[in-house]
Amino acid sequence: MTNEKNIAIEAKNVNVYYGTKHVLKDINIAIEKNSVVAFIGPSGCGKSTFIRCFNRMNDFIESFRKEGDIIINNKEIYDRSIQVEELRKEVGMVFQKPNPFPKTIFENVVYGLRIQGENNKKTLRETAEKCLRDAALWDEVKDDLNKSALELSGGQQQRLCIARTLAVKPSIILMDEPASALDPISTSKIEDLITVLKKDYTIVIVTHNMQQAARVSDKTAFFYLGDMVEFEKTQTLFTNPQKELTQNYITGRFG
Amino acid sequence: MANKRNRRIDKAFRITGLLATCFGVFVLIILLGSILIKGVTRLNFQFLSSLPSRFAAKAGILSALSGTLWIFGLTALFAIPVGIGAAVYLEEYGKKNKLGGFIEINISNLAGVPSIIYGLLGLGIFVHALKFGPVILAGALTLALLILPIIIVSTREALKAVPKTIREAAYGLGATKWQVIRTQVLPASAGGILTGMILALARAIGETAPLIVVGALAYVPFVPKSPFDNFSVLPMQIFNWVSRPQKEFTVNAAAAIIVLLVITFILNGFAVFLRNKWQQKVKW
Ligand SMILES: Nc1ncnc2c1ncn2[C@@H]1O[C@H](COP(=O)(O)OP(=O)(O)OP(=O)(O)O)[C@@H](O)[C@H]1O
Ligand SMILES: [Mg+2]
Repeated sequence: MTNEKNIAIEAKNVNVYYGTKHVLKDINIAIEKNSVVAFIGPSGCGKSTFIRCFNRMNDFIESFRKEGDIIINNKEIYDRSIQVEELRKEVGMVFQKPNPFPKTIFENVVYGLRIQGENNKKTLRETAEKCLRDAALWDEVKDDLNKSALELSGGQQQRLCIARTLAVKPSIILMDEPASALDPISTSKIEDLITVLKKDYTIVIVTHNMQQAARVSDKTAFFYLGDMVEFEKTQTLFTNPQKELTQNYITGRFG
Repeated sequence: MANKRNRRIDKAFRITGLLATCFGVFVLIILLGSILIKGVTRLNFQFLSSLPSRFAAKAGILSALSGTLWIFGLTALFAIPVGIGAAVYLEEYGKKNKLGGFIEINISNLAGVPSIIYGLLGLGIFVHALKFGPVILAGALTLALLILPIIIVSTREALKAVPKTIREAAYGLGATKWQVIRTQVLPASAGGILTGMILALARAIGETAPLIVVGALAYVPFVPKSPFDNFSVLPMQIFNWVSRPQKEFTVNAAAAIIVLLVITFILNGFAVFLRNKWQQKVKW
């Protein structure tokens, strides 16, 4: 199986079930490299389920079952030949609630390298600095690298989680409502960061905030009850949606 | 109206609670006080370093104390690795299906089985079937079986308390299951695991019944040198002394009780210390 040259993630006829519950229905999508794609839709429509398919975070749910193909780097990622740990290094994830490890800021950033056996102090220090800079956190924490990460503010913690993800050098970053637990200032910092990171990464972001989707994403997919109703250039989707459902949702008539 | 009534109930409950607490504390003070008054004069180096004797004034707890320490060490050696290993397997690797639930309930039940039953099990397996005889090893293995369910249950609770978000974060960075357990789950739950372990061991050194059944002796005129020696333990020695007719021996018993209490208090205090220390370090 192969991706077209400029495609980072491709889903073909993906169906997902929890037990007998059908939560994603025949989804087809192609996400371009170095673009930001936003998933929007009412609560429970399957956005998190879908995004968690891309790094196989659903593997831990016993009732989870997937049909169809999800192709990343020319391979179906649920194929037996895939090592899921390698996949997750390639496809990083930032979660809804900031979840730093109860360790120092430094150890949080280099965790991904440590578990790969990297113990060279110089390499670790350089990576930590670079990733913290890339996550726009360096200036705030450079003197406190040995302080516990739990002492940071929520917004700082979330940027630390982004830095930690960058450290394992993924090509794709998944973000499931990364700013929903944050204040407006921290949120706008994360949004700025996304626009910068787009140069080097492909980003998929789930959000309930439509302004946010409009601000940061190139394309937007609207989900409703397990269907992907519409997938369009963000500007088109918000100004001139093709489907009535989308129109109703973005104008706030339900959701 | 209802408000007034609720306030009265609230007050009544507070007073009942206060009385119950006072009663508990009162009984404890009487108990400890009478033992302290009786035994503290007998506590001296001679008492700690002498073997048992027919003469109360010359008798000491050296052999019983060393027996208790032997039992403590060996029990810990057997029960801790097996208990933690089993708990990690059941909690992290075992499937959460019907069989898993069945095993979980049964382990909790085992923690409630009367200790003398474990004594009989130990007698049957270690003393007779494996032909160890009534030695330290048999006693330690029996107590290890006794506290194993307690360690497993408390370790599982500690593992369960580690939030899912931490595990997800580690998996998300490409960690394998064992790496997640070793680098995140075990460190984060170490406080709880240690606390449970220490409390279980504190229980083990206070046990008498299973050791009587296994064949601990009441009179051991030597200090055990190997796991294959006969032995006594502090609770046995205490029991032996209080059942003697001569009054002086009950003073010895009181003094030995103080020693046993001090050991358990130290262990429990250590457990509390560890718990507080880890709770401060690991906040979610
Ligand atoms: N572990 C699970 N077991 C069974 N059903 C689940 C599980 N997780 C999610 N679901 C169901 O799958 C559907 C999609 O859930 P999902 O979390 O993907 O929605 P979502 O679009 O992310 O919603 P939200 O915006 O509230 O985060 C929901 O109906 C939910 O109840
Ligand atoms: Mg969600």
